[in-house]
Amino acid sequence: MIYLDNSATTKPYDEVVDTFQKVATTYFANPSSIHALGGEVEALLTKSKEQIASLLKIKPNEVIYTSGGTESNNLAIKGTAHGYQSRGNHLITSKVEHPSVLETFRYLETQGFTVTYLSVDESGHISLEELKEVITNETILVSLMHVNNEIGTIQPIEQVADLLAEYPKIVFHVDHVQGFGKLSLPYHHPHLDLVTISGHKIHGLKGSSCLIKKEHIHLTPLQHGGGQEHGVRPGTENIASAVSLAKAMRIAKENEHSYQKLALLHETLVNELTKYDNVKINSPQSGASHILNFSVQNFKPEVLIHALKEEGVIVSTKSACSSKDNEVSHVLEACGLSDVSASSAIRVSMSTEQNQEEVHSFLQAFKNVMNKYEKIMGS
Amino acid sequence: MNYDHILIRYGELALKGKNQKFFIRTLRSNVQQALSDYKGLSIKGQRDHMYILLNGEDPYPIIERCKDIFGIQSFSLAMKVNNDEESIKEGTLEAIKKEEGETFKVTCKRPNKEFPKSSQEMNRLLGGHILRNTEGWEVDVHQPDAAIRVEIRHDATYITSGRTEGKGGLPVGSTGKSLLMMSGGIDSPVAGYLTMKRGVKLEAIHFHSPPFTSERAKQKVEDLAQSLTKFGGDVTVHYVPFTELQQKIFKNVPEYYGMTVMRRVMMRVSEQLAKQHDILSLATGESLGQVASQTMESMNAINEVTNYPIIRPLVAMDKNEIINIAKEIDTYDISIRPYEDCCTIFVPKQPKTRPKREKILELEASVDFTQEINEAIDQVETVVYKNNANHKQDSFDDLL
Repeated sequence: MIYLDNSATTKPYDEVVDTFQKVATTYFANPSSIHALGGEVEALLTKSKEQIASLLKIKPNEVIYTSGGTESNNLAIKGTAHGYQSRGNHLITSKVEHPSVLETFRYLETQGFTVTYLSVDESGHISLEELKEVITNETILVSLMHVNNEIGTIQPIEQVADLLAEYPKIVFHVDHVQGFGKLSLPYHHPHLDLVTISGHKIHGLKGSSCLIKKEHIHLTPLQHGGGQEHGVRPGTENIASAVSLAKAMRIAKENEHSYQKLALLHETLVNELTKYDNVKINSPQSGASHILNFSVQNFKPEVLIHALKEEGVIVSTKSACSSKDNEVSHVLEACGLSDVSASSAIRVSMSTEQNQEEVHSFLQAFKNVMNKYEKIMGS
Repeated sequence: MNYDHILIRYGELALKGKNQKFFIRTLRSNVQQALSDYKGLSIKGQRDHMYILLNGEDPYPIIERCKDIFGIQSFSLAMKVNNDEESIKEGTLEAIKKEEGETFKVTCKRPNKEFPKSSQEMNRLLGGHILRNTEGWEVDVHQPDAAIRVEIRHDATYITSGRTEGKGGLPVGSTGKSLLMMSGGIDSPVAGYLTMKRGVKLEAIHFHSPPFTSERAKQKVEDLAQSLTKFGGDVTVHYVPFTELQQKIFKNVPEYYGMTVMRRVMMRVSEQLAKQHDILSLATGESLGQVASQTMESMNAINEVTNYPIIRPLVAMDKNEIINIAKEIDTYDISIRPYEDCCTIFVPKQPKTRPKREKILELEASVDFTQEINEAIDQVETVVYKNNANHKQDSFDDLL
C-alpha cells in the first residue's frame, strides 16, 4: 500500500509509540501530587517542554499541551476573543482556513463579534494590502494558516507578523498544522503570539498537540479546573501524550531537511500529471512541496479514489475533516475555480518519509485507472 | 568573507591591575566550560579582549550561551583582516553587506599607532569606500541603522558590527567561594546569582527535615542549583539532615523563640561546614524587614553566632525587584512550587519580630546542640551539579 494522504494523518513512528507506552506505564503518577513519584513525572513533563522550547527557540512555559489541532485553534481563537473582548470585537481570518478555525469564527459571530474573512487570489494567497485595509481600532485578533491543507498555499506569515508589529493591540495566531516539520516559522518572532502544532500530522499520535502561547498573551480558558498548564488548559496532564509529542516534534525537526527531497517528487508529479489533457493542477506553483491538489475533468473524485485504492494507492479528496459532505471545496471556490474543478479535486499529500519509487507507483496506478475508466467516465 | 570571530569585551576586570591575568584566565576557562560541547571553537584571552574563533560554527547560539557568563561587558561579531588599507576596505564593505537598513556609520579606533593613517582619516576613507560600492546606504553619524567598528590593533584589524550586552560582573571563581543558605524559596537563588555576579564560586547548604519537609522541596533545591550552573559553572550543594535538631529545638525552646534559635543553629551548622570546605563567607537571601527573621533585631540576634562575613545581596531590595530578577534568571517558576521547606514548617503563629539577645542566651544555656550539630554535619550528603548536564534527567533521554 502506498499512503499519500499524509495531510489527513500520518502513520506514527514506532519510537513515538514506544515512548507513549513506556511513559504511560512507568510515569503514571499525577505530576501535581506532592510525593516524589509525582515529582519525577513533573520533571519529565518539564523536560519535554524544555525540549520543545529549545527546538523552537522559545521558552518552556510557552508550550501548552492540548488534545489536537482543533482544540489548539479553538483555544487560541476563543481564548483571545474572550480574553481581549474589552479591547475590541473585530476579528480577522481568511476564507481558506481549516474548518476548526472557520467554524470557531462563525460561532464567535453569534456571540457578538464581527469577523472579516480575507479573500485570496487564484493561488490562495491573502493580500497584505487588504489585511492593512480591514484592520480597525476594534481589531484584536488575526488568525491565518501557514500552509493550506487542501492546496498547499504558503501564506506570508513572517510579513504579516512584521506588519502587525505596528498594531500592538492585535494578537496573531497561526495554524501551523500543515507546516511544522516541513517549513519552519520564526517562532521567536515577537509578534507571532499563538501557534498551533498537531502531533498526528508529523508521525505522532492522535490526541497529542500543543499551542505555543507567548508569555505576554493571556487567554480565557475553554475549560476550568485545577490550574494545570498555567490555568490555560486545566485537567490532569496527559504525560504520555505530551512526551510522545515532544519526541515526534524532535524527529520531525531533525528530518526537516528531507523536505528538499519532496520538491523533486512534487516536480515529478506535476510534470507527469500535466501530460494528461484532462488533468488540471489546482495547487499554486509556489506552494508547499508536500501537497498537490489537482482535478481530473469529468471524473468524480470518489470514483478515482476508490479506483486508486484498488491499485494499492491511498489519496483523498479535499480535507478529511470536511470531505464527508459532498459540497464544493470552500478553498478552491475562494481561489475562483470553476464549480467543476472545485468539486472534482484530488489531493496527494506526502510525508518527509516518502520516496521516488512510491511516487512512480502512484503515477503508474493513476495511468492504469485512467486507461481503464476514461472511456466510461470521459463521455 | 564571513564573520569568523566573536569579540568579547571585558567588564570591570580590565581595570584590575596585576591580577588581570588571573581574571582573564578564569573567564577564559568559564567560557570554555560553558561551550565545551562545541568542539571546533578556540578561545583566545588577550589583555584587552577575548576572541572566540568560530571555525565554522553558528555564532548566534554561542552568543546566547555566553550571555549568562559573568565578566563579559558585551559581544560583537567580528572578522579579522590584515593590517593594510586594502584588506580593511574590503572587510568593511563585506560587513555592511551583511547589515539591513539605510544609514550607517564607521567608527575607527587605532590602538596601533604605527598604522600610517589616523582614525579620522580612516573613517572618511572607509565611509567613502562603502558609499561608492553600495547602493541605498547613506551616512548618519547620530543614529545609524548599522554601526561598523574598525579596530586597528598590532596583530591585525578587527571589523565588528552590532553589539550584544553581556551581564557584566566578574568571572566566577575569581573572588573566592561562598556558602549560600538555600531554602528553595524565591530569594536565595537570586542572592546566589548576585553573589556569583561578583565573581564568587558558589556552594550551597540546604536543610531538610523529612518527613516534615517534602521530598519535592529537596527536588526544588536540586532544580534551582541546576539552573544556577549556567551562570557559575558547577554548583555544589550540601544537604544537611535537620530533623533531629529541629525536633530538639521545638521541644526545648518556647514556640515564639523557636524560629530565632533555629536560625542561629542553622548559622552555626553553616559556619562549621564552610570551615570544613575552606569557604570564607556565607551568603543569604535576607531582605531587611521582609519577614520576622529579617528584622534588624532578628538579624542582630542571629548574626551573633558567627563572625564569618555574610553576603546579603538582597538586603536593600524590594520583593518586586527580587521577583523580577528571579523571573529573568528562570528560577521563579521553580521557587513557587508549593512544598513545605525548612523555613515554612514549625513557623509559630506569632514569631518574635524583636527577639531579645539576653533571653535567647538564657534559653540556649539550658540546651546544648553541639552533639546534634556534629552528627548532622557527619551525615551531610554532597552533590555537585554540573553545567550543560542534566544530572538526574538523563533517564528521560531515551523517552524524548
